[in-house]
Amino acid sequence: MFQVRIHGRGGQGVVSAAEMLSVAAFEEGKHSQAVPSFGSERMGAPVVAYVRIDDKEIELREPVLEPNLLIIQDPTLFSAIDVFSGLRKDGYLLVNTTKSMEELGVDEAAEKLPAGHVAAVPATELAMRHLKRPTPNTVLLGAFTAMSDVVRIDSVFKAIERKFPGKIGDMNIAAAQAAYDAAIAD
Amino acid sequence: MLKQVEGSHAVAEAVALCRPEVISAYPITPQTHIVEDLGTMVKAGGIENCQFMLVESEFGALSACIGSSAAGARSYTATSSQGMLFMMEAVYNASGMGLPIVMTVGNRAIGAPINIWNDWGDSMSARDSGWLQLFAETNQEAVDVHIQAFKLAEELSMPVMVCMDGFILTHAYARIDIPNQAQVDEFLPPFQPRQVLDPAAPLSMGAMVGPEAFTEVRYLAHHKQLEALELIPKQAAEFEAIFGRDSGGLVKSYEAEDAETVVVTMGSVIGTMKEVLTGMREDGISIGGLTIRSFRPFPREALREALKHAKRVIVFEKSLAVGMGGIVAMNLRMALQDFPIRVHSAIGGLGGRPITRVNLRRMFEKGIQDQLEEPHFHDINMDVVNREIEREQVERRSGAIAENILHDVGVVAAAKAI
Repeated sequence: MFQVRIHGRGGQGVVSAAEMLSVAAFEEGKHSQAVPSFGSERMGAPVVAYVRIDDKEIELREPVLEPNLLIIQDPTLFSAIDVFSGLRKDGYLLVNTTKSMEELGVDEAAEKLPAGHVAAVPATELAMRHLKRPTPNTVLLGAFTAMSDVVRIDSVFKAIERKFPGKIGDMNIAAAQAAYDAAIAD
Repeated sequence: MLKQVEGSHAVAEAVALCRPEVISAYPITPQTHIVEDLGTMVKAGGIENCQFMLVESEFGALSACIGSSAAGARSYTATSSQGMLFMMEAVYNASGMGLPIVMTVGNRAIGAPINIWNDWGDSMSARDSGWLQLFAETNQEAVDVHIQAFKLAEELSMPVMVCMDGFILTHAYARIDIPNQAQVDEFLPPFQPRQVLDPAAPLSMGAMVGPEAFTEVRYLAHHKQLEALELIPKQAAEFEAIFGRDSGGLVKSYEAEDAETVVVTMGSVIGTMKEVLTGMREDGISIGGLTIRSFRPFPREALREALKHAKRVIVFEKSLAVGMGGIVAMNLRMALQDFPIRVHSAIGGLGGRPITRVNLRRMFEKGIQDQLEEPHFHDINMDVVNREIEREQVERRSGAIAENILHDVGVVAAAKAI
């Protein structure tokens, strides 16, 4: 089972990111579960969402305590909560930032992970360029598909299209593609 | 057809397939997406002959269903938590009158303290009302049980609530097989009411009944629930024959057939428990699980049959009768009272407290040693509790308990990730 924990703040599309990742896995014939975990729903409040992907039915209902993949959509959360809790030694870390892990003060956690498993993605900037909105979620999903085989980029595109038909979907796909290309280049 | 959808959406699709004629809607977390999705479907012309009514409150929502069901229309609504309380008079009215309304309950705790997360407080508040109460373990089962619920309600002429854990199921995306219209039409015939308001054949519905007849009327509601004990498995078998899935029924065993210790629960938590139970069995412990799918009617005989070989039962429930203890535990103890079985009562997950494999395993291990307190409050922080008790002992104006505890655990705890 591959487990994902996505951290962000209300309004950044954390819950949609989890939904789209689960749909991408579904498109590849896998079982997938996506669950949000929020406090009072308001913009800016910390939000966590969990995704599980497996080849068989997923019955586990506990929070994701040992993620294989941690996506941080908002680096201001580092000082607010222990986002790294339980991150597996062979796990992946994806952070929405223009800074380096060192500048963010999280290089210690990042260094524990295998090479190629850590990425700092300027997702908000890419989103502003392609979507004219600072929603980093689809960008981060695009970047992740370049880091591993858990889901393919075209599955993520299908998930985006399903969630955002028409022009908005196209813009999100372009943003995700741009992130993928940038991550591959790294 | 397989779809990756949110539980609420899957339920909306299932309800739509049942050809409801009146849907009354009032939003409340965590069921809102169900009625919103149904509204979207109706607006798009996706449900024939269906009137979608926005009402002013939950009391309005169920009252509208009472009216429409009395007029012969297949009627549906959904609620949770405070919404259930607000419609409580109508809840008893619907069952007292024997109207086959189907209602989804997105299980959520009841305040105070205000809490939007999952536990069974809302359903439990209506457990004596006469409504049938069916608990779904997965979103697939929620879909399947809603379809069965309409048939059950109309056959008995009694209302049915389909209970599904709020957020855990309602807001979870999962791979779900949504049936097609032909299958549902084969299983669920058009509504043929036992009683209907019709000027051509006038009758009184909801008549006042004095001491001379109240007992008999109330008994018949009880009798119908006893009939349901036969009907529920029968319809689950009919469902399986058409849809190919074993969903619903009275109870379900997870390798409990020959287990010395059986953990009994309801709803989605069995999913997390299964892995723990399998692990313990691999370690040589004789333990299994059992879910109660029909809480009302309480499947006394089915439980006696399923548990008669066990030495010990651990009931795990997300409900508490304040001043008494576990509700499911009480019901089960009553059913098993002449059996030489030790029944432990564990209460957990209240107000959405996460239930993990690790903390379950710890609890089960204490249980098999018969070392659980009576009742056992799962994952409770007694240091926090004791500090509040001390505050109250030291000072008269000790303040509001909820606020004191939030300060104690750190207010940000509510916003913490895990």
